[in-house]
Amino acid sequence: MAALQTPEFASLAVGDVVAEQSFALTRDTLVRYAGASGDFNPIHYRDDVAKSVGLPGVLAHGMLTMGFAVQPVVDWAVDPGRVVDYQVRFTRPVIVDPELGAVVQVVAKVGQLDAEAAVARIDLTVKVGEETVLGKAQVRVELGDRGGR
Amino acid sequence: MNPELVGREFPPTAPYLVGREKVREFARAVLASTPISLDPEAAKAAGYADVVAPPTFAVVIQEQTLAQLLAEPDAGIDFTRVVHGDQRFVQTRPIVAGDLLTATLAVTSVKSLGAHSMVTAESTIADADGAHVVTAISTLVVRGED
Repeated sequence: MAALQTPEFASLAVGDVVAEQSFALTRDTLVRYAGASGDFNPIHYRDDVAKSVGLPGVLAHGMLTMGFAVQPVVDWAVDPGRVVDYQVRFTRPVIVDPELGAVVQVVAKVGQLDAEAAVARIDLTVKVGEETVLGKAQVRVELGDRGGR
Repeated sequence: MNPELVGREFPPTAPYLVGREKVREFARAVLASTPISLDPEAAKAAGYADVVAPPTFAVVIQEQTLAQLLAEPDAGIDFTRVVHGDQRFVQTRPIVAGDLLTATLAVTSVKSLGAHSMVTAESTIADADGAHVVTAISTLVVRGED
Protein backbone atom coordinates (compact mmCIF):
# COMPACT_ATOMS: atom_id res chain seq x y z
CA MET A 1 0.00 0.00 0.00
CA ALA A 2 1.40 3.39 -0.94
CA ALA A 3 1.81 5.76 1.99
CA LEU A 4 -1.00 8.29 2.10
CA GLN A 5 -0.02 11.91 2.03
CA THR A 6 -1.21 14.61 4.40
CA PRO A 7 -2.69 17.40 2.23
CA GLU A 8 -0.62 20.49 1.63
CA PHE A 9 -1.81 23.58 3.42
CA ALA A 10 -1.04 25.80 0.43
CA SER A 11 -3.37 23.77 -1.78
CA LEU A 12 -6.47 24.58 0.32
CA ALA A 13 -9.08 27.29 -0.21
CA VAL A 14 -11.93 28.32 2.08
CA GLY A 15 -15.09 26.52 1.00
CA ASP A 16 -13.35 23.41 -0.39
CA VAL A 17 -15.14 20.19 0.52
CA VAL A 18 -12.34 17.96 1.80
CA ALA A 19 -14.37 14.91 2.82
CA GLU A 20 -17.88 13.53 2.74
CA GLN A 21 -19.15 10.32 4.28
CA SER A 22 -22.36 8.77 5.50
CA PHE A 23 -22.52 6.52 8.56
CA ALA A 24 -25.20 3.87 9.01
CA LEU A 25 -25.84 3.32 12.72
CA THR A 26 -27.66 0.38 14.24
CA ARG A 27 -28.38 -0.54 17.85
CA ASP A 28 -25.23 -2.69 17.67
CA THR A 29 -23.19 0.46 17.01
CA LEU A 30 -24.55 1.98 20.23
CA VAL A 31 -23.87 -1.11 22.34
CA ARG A 32 -20.33 -1.30 20.99
CA TYR A 33 -19.75 2.38 21.86
CA ALA A 34 -21.25 1.92 25.32
CA GLY A 35 -18.75 -0.85 26.02
CA ALA A 36 -15.75 0.97 24.55
CA SER A 37 -16.47 4.30 26.27
CA GLY A 38 -17.93 3.03 29.55
CA ASP A 39 -21.09 5.13 29.08
CA PHE A 40 -23.81 2.66 30.03
CA ASN A 41 -26.69 5.13 30.31
CA PRO A 42 -29.65 2.86 29.36
CA ILE A 43 -31.31 5.56 27.20
CA HIS A 44 -28.77 4.41 24.60
CA TYR A 45 -29.99 0.80 24.42
CA ARG A 46 -33.34 0.35 26.20
CA ASP A 47 -36.57 1.54 24.60
CA ASP A 48 -38.52 1.27 27.86
CA VAL A 49 -36.07 3.51 29.73
CA ALA A 50 -35.91 6.01 26.84
CA LYS A 51 -39.73 6.22 26.79
CA SER A 52 -39.96 6.56 30.57
CA VAL A 53 -37.88 9.77 30.47
CA GLY A 54 -39.95 11.21 27.63
CA LEU A 55 -37.65 10.49 24.69
CA PRO A 56 -39.08 9.44 21.32
CA GLY A 57 -36.76 6.42 21.27
CA VAL A 58 -33.26 5.15 21.96
CA LEU A 59 -30.63 7.80 21.16
CA ALA A 60 -27.06 7.56 19.95
CA HIS A 61 -24.55 8.80 22.53
CA GLY A 62 -23.69 12.41 21.63
CA MET A 63 -20.05 11.45 22.07
CA LEU A 64 -20.46 8.62 19.56
CA THR A 65 -21.74 11.07 16.95
CA MET A 66 -18.91 13.46 17.82
CA GLY A 67 -16.48 10.53 17.61
CA PHE A 68 -17.33 9.31 14.12
CA ALA A 69 -18.13 12.73 12.62
CA VAL A 70 -14.43 13.64 12.79
CA GLN A 71 -13.25 10.43 11.11
CA PRO A 72 -13.56 11.68 7.51
CA VAL A 73 -11.26 14.55 8.54
CA VAL A 74 -8.84 12.15 10.24
CA ASP A 75 -8.68 10.09 7.04
CA TRP A 76 -8.13 13.22 4.97
CA ALA A 77 -5.35 14.44 7.29
CA VAL A 78 -3.96 10.85 7.38
CA ASP A 79 -2.67 11.20 10.97
CA PRO A 80 -5.19 11.56 13.85
CA GLY A 81 -2.47 13.43 15.76
CA ARG A 82 -2.93 16.41 13.45
CA VAL A 83 -6.34 17.17 14.94
CA VAL A 84 -5.33 19.78 17.52
CA ASP A 85 -8.76 21.10 18.48
CA TYR A 86 -12.24 19.68 17.99
CA GLN A 87 -15.51 21.07 19.28
CA VAL A 88 -19.21 20.47 18.77
CA ARG A 89 -22.57 21.55 20.14
CA PHE A 90 -25.16 18.82 20.60
CA THR A 91 -28.18 20.39 18.94
CA ARG A 92 -30.51 17.46 18.25
CA PRO A 93 -30.50 13.82 19.35
CA VAL A 94 -30.00 11.01 16.82
CA ILE A 95 -32.84 8.52 17.26
CA VAL A 96 -31.79 4.98 16.30
CA ASP A 97 -34.70 2.80 15.23
CA PRO A 98 -34.36 -0.86 16.33
CA GLU A 99 -34.92 -2.13 12.77
CA LEU A 100 -34.02 0.74 10.47
CA GLY A 101 -31.19 2.29 12.49
CA ALA A 102 -30.20 5.82 11.46
CA VAL A 103 -28.04 7.33 8.76
CA VAL A 104 -25.84 10.30 9.60
CA GLN A 105 -24.33 12.37 6.78
CA VAL A 106 -21.08 14.26 7.35
CA VAL A 107 -19.70 16.95 5.03
CA ALA A 108 -16.33 18.54 5.90
CA LYS A 109 -15.47 21.92 4.40
CA VAL A 110 -12.57 24.33 4.86
CA GLY A 111 -13.94 27.14 7.08
CA GLN A 112 -10.85 29.19 7.78
CA LEU A 113 -7.12 29.09 7.05
CA ASP A 114 -4.43 30.29 9.44
CA ALA A 115 -1.35 30.50 7.22
CA GLU A 116 1.05 31.47 10.00
CA ALA A 117 0.30 28.34 12.06
CA ALA A 118 -0.53 26.18 8.99
CA VAL A 119 -3.78 25.26 10.71
CA ALA A 120 -6.95 24.67 8.71
CA ARG A 121 -10.30 24.98 10.43
CA ILE A 122 -12.57 22.35 8.95
CA ASP A 123 -16.28 22.89 9.54
CA LEU A 124 -18.51 19.83 9.70
CA THR A 125 -22.13 19.66 8.63
CA VAL A 126 -23.65 16.67 10.41
CA LYS A 127 -27.22 15.78 9.47
CA VAL A 128 -29.86 13.09 9.73
CA GLY A 129 -32.05 13.70 6.70
CA GLU A 130 -32.53 17.48 6.63
CA GLU A 131 -31.94 17.96 10.38
CA THR A 132 -28.64 19.18 11.77
CA VAL A 133 -27.57 17.13 14.79
CA LEU A 134 -24.23 18.78 15.65
CA GLY A 135 -23.86 22.55 15.61
CA LYS A 136 -20.67 24.62 15.52
CA ALA A 137 -18.73 21.45 14.71
CA GLN A 138 -15.18 22.65 14.05
CA VAL A 139 -11.96 20.71 13.68
CA ARG A 140 -8.59 22.44 13.69
CA VAL A 141 -6.03 20.45 11.74
CA GLU A 142 -2.34 21.24 11.85
CA LEU A 143 -0.87 20.71 8.39
CA GLY A 144 2.63 22.09 8.84
CA ASP A 145 5.86 20.12 8.58
CA ARG A 146 6.49 18.46 11.92
CA GLY A 147 10.01 17.34 11.23
CA GLY A 148 10.18 13.59 10.96
CA ARG A 149 6.62 12.72 11.85
CA MET B 1 -26.83 24.63 41.00
CA ASN B 2 -24.19 25.90 43.36
CA PRO B 3 -22.19 28.83 41.87
CA GLU B 4 -19.50 28.34 44.53
CA LEU B 5 -18.23 25.34 42.53
CA VAL B 6 -16.32 27.79 40.35
CA GLY B 7 -12.71 27.90 41.47
CA ARG B 8 -12.97 24.88 43.75
CA GLU B 9 -9.94 22.59 43.70
CA PHE B 10 -10.38 18.91 42.97
CA PRO B 11 -7.71 16.23 43.44
CA PRO B 12 -6.20 14.68 40.29
CA THR B 13 -7.82 11.40 39.24
CA ALA B 14 -6.06 8.06 39.73
CA PRO B 15 -3.56 7.43 36.89
CA TYR B 16 -5.15 5.85 33.80
CA LEU B 17 -2.91 3.55 31.77
CA VAL B 18 -3.90 3.74 28.10
CA GLY B 19 -3.90 0.20 26.74
CA ARG B 20 -3.32 -0.72 23.10
CA GLU B 21 -6.41 -2.90 22.89
CA LYS B 22 -8.55 -0.18 24.55
CA VAL B 23 -7.43 2.31 21.90
CA ARG B 24 -8.24 -0.19 19.15
CA GLU B 25 -11.61 -1.04 20.71
CA PHE B 26 -12.49 2.67 21.03
CA ALA B 27 -11.29 3.37 17.47
CA ARG B 28 -13.54 0.62 16.09
CA ALA B 29 -16.45 1.92 18.21
CA VAL B 30 -16.19 5.40 16.64
CA LEU B 31 -16.00 3.79 13.18
CA ALA B 32 -12.39 4.86 12.64
CA SER B 33 -10.51 3.32 9.75
CA THR B 34 -7.11 4.97 10.05
CA PRO B 35 -4.38 2.34 10.45
CA ILE B 36 -2.52 4.71 12.81
CA SER B 37 -5.21 4.01 15.44
CA LEU B 38 -5.56 0.30 14.67
CA ASP B 39 -2.18 -1.10 13.62
CA PRO B 40 0.91 -0.64 15.82
CA GLU B 41 3.21 -1.02 12.80
CA ALA B 42 1.42 1.77 10.92
CA ALA B 43 1.62 3.95 14.04
CA LYS B 44 5.38 3.31 14.30
CA ALA B 45 5.85 4.10 10.62
CA ALA B 46 4.14 7.45 11.32
CA GLY B 47 6.57 8.19 14.15
CA TYR B 48 4.53 7.13 17.18
CA ALA B 49 5.48 4.65 19.91
CA ASP B 50 2.17 2.79 19.55
CA VAL B 51 -1.40 3.19 18.27
CA VAL B 52 -2.80 6.75 18.45
CA ALA B 53 -6.15 7.28 20.13
CA PRO B 54 -8.98 8.93 18.15
CA PRO B 55 -9.53 12.67 18.86
CA THR B 56 -12.42 12.00 21.27
CA PHE B 57 -10.75 9.27 23.36
CA ALA B 58 -10.06 11.71 26.20
CA VAL B 59 -13.76 11.44 27.08
CA VAL B 60 -12.95 8.16 28.82
CA ILE B 61 -10.63 9.97 31.24
CA GLN B 62 -12.79 13.09 31.45
CA GLU B 63 -15.62 10.85 32.66
CA GLN B 64 -13.78 10.30 35.94
CA THR B 65 -13.65 14.04 36.63
CA LEU B 66 -17.33 14.53 35.79
CA ALA B 67 -18.10 11.76 38.28
CA GLN B 68 -16.17 13.78 40.89
CA LEU B 69 -18.27 16.83 40.07
CA LEU B 70 -21.61 15.03 40.26
CA ALA B 71 -20.55 13.43 43.54
CA GLU B 72 -19.87 16.78 45.26
CA PRO B 73 -22.45 16.79 48.04
CA ASP B 74 -23.23 20.50 47.64
CA ALA B 75 -23.14 20.60 43.80
CA GLY B 76 -26.93 20.44 43.49
CA ILE B 77 -26.74 18.60 40.17
CA ASP B 78 -29.54 16.10 39.55
CA PHE B 79 -27.88 13.55 37.25
CA THR B 80 -31.18 12.46 35.70
CA ARG B 81 -31.70 16.01 34.39
CA VAL B 82 -28.24 16.48 32.89
CA VAL B 83 -27.94 16.93 29.11
CA HIS B 84 -24.60 17.26 27.33
CA GLY B 85 -24.56 20.71 25.70
CA ASP B 86 -21.11 21.24 24.21
CA GLN B 87 -17.84 19.38 24.08
CA ARG B 88 -14.35 20.41 23.06
CA PHE B 89 -10.88 18.84 23.08
CA VAL B 90 -7.81 21.04 22.84
CA GLN B 91 -4.65 18.99 22.54
CA THR B 92 -0.93 19.54 22.78
CA ARG B 93 -0.25 16.04 21.51
CA PRO B 94 -2.41 12.99 20.77
CA ILE B 95 -2.95 10.24 23.35
CA VAL B 96 -0.85 7.18 22.50
CA ALA B 97 -1.12 3.64 23.93
CA GLY B 98 1.24 3.36 26.88
CA ASP B 99 0.47 6.84 28.23
CA LEU B 100 -0.22 7.11 31.95
CA LEU B 101 -2.70 9.97 32.30
CA THR B 102 -4.22 11.92 35.16
CA ALA B 103 -6.99 14.49 34.90
CA THR B 104 -7.62 17.52 37.05
CA LEU B 105 -11.07 19.07 37.12
CA ALA B 106 -11.85 22.78 37.24
CA VAL B 107 -15.33 24.28 37.09
CA THR B 108 -14.96 27.42 35.00
CA SER B 109 -18.52 28.65 34.87
CA VAL B 110 -21.96 28.14 36.40
CA LYS B 111 -24.85 30.02 34.77
CA SER B 112 -28.60 30.10 35.10
CA LEU B 113 -30.81 30.45 32.04
CA GLY B 114 -34.42 30.64 33.19
CA ALA B 115 -35.24 27.28 34.79
CA HIS B 116 -32.10 25.67 33.38
CA SER B 117 -28.55 25.95 34.57
CA MET B 118 -25.31 25.36 32.74
CA VAL B 119 -22.00 24.24 34.13
CA THR B 120 -18.72 24.26 32.22
CA ALA B 121 -16.10 21.81 33.44
CA GLU B 122 -12.52 21.63 32.19
CA SER B 123 -10.49 18.46 32.64
CA THR B 124 -6.79 19.06 32.17
CA ILE B 125 -5.12 15.78 31.24
CA ALA B 126 -1.37 15.35 31.76
CA ASP B 127 1.07 12.50 31.21
CA ALA B 128 3.38 10.76 33.70
CA ASP B 129 5.94 13.58 33.33
CA GLY B 130 3.28 16.15 34.17
CA ALA B 131 3.27 17.48 30.60
CA HIS B 132 -0.03 18.66 29.15
CA VAL B 133 -1.66 16.27 26.68
CA VAL B 134 -5.24 17.46 26.17
CA THR B 135 -7.88 19.56 27.86
CA ALA B 136 -11.45 18.27 27.63
CA ILE B 137 -14.11 20.96 28.08
CA SER B 138 -17.74 20.01 28.68
CA THR B 139 -20.80 22.14 29.11
CA LEU B 140 -23.60 20.31 30.88
CA VAL B 141 -27.14 21.64 30.87
CA VAL B 142 -29.21 20.79 33.93
CA ARG B 143 -32.87 21.03 33.00
CA GLY B 144 -35.15 22.74 35.50
CA GLU B 145 -38.25 21.18 37.00
CA ASP B 146 -40.97 20.68 34.37
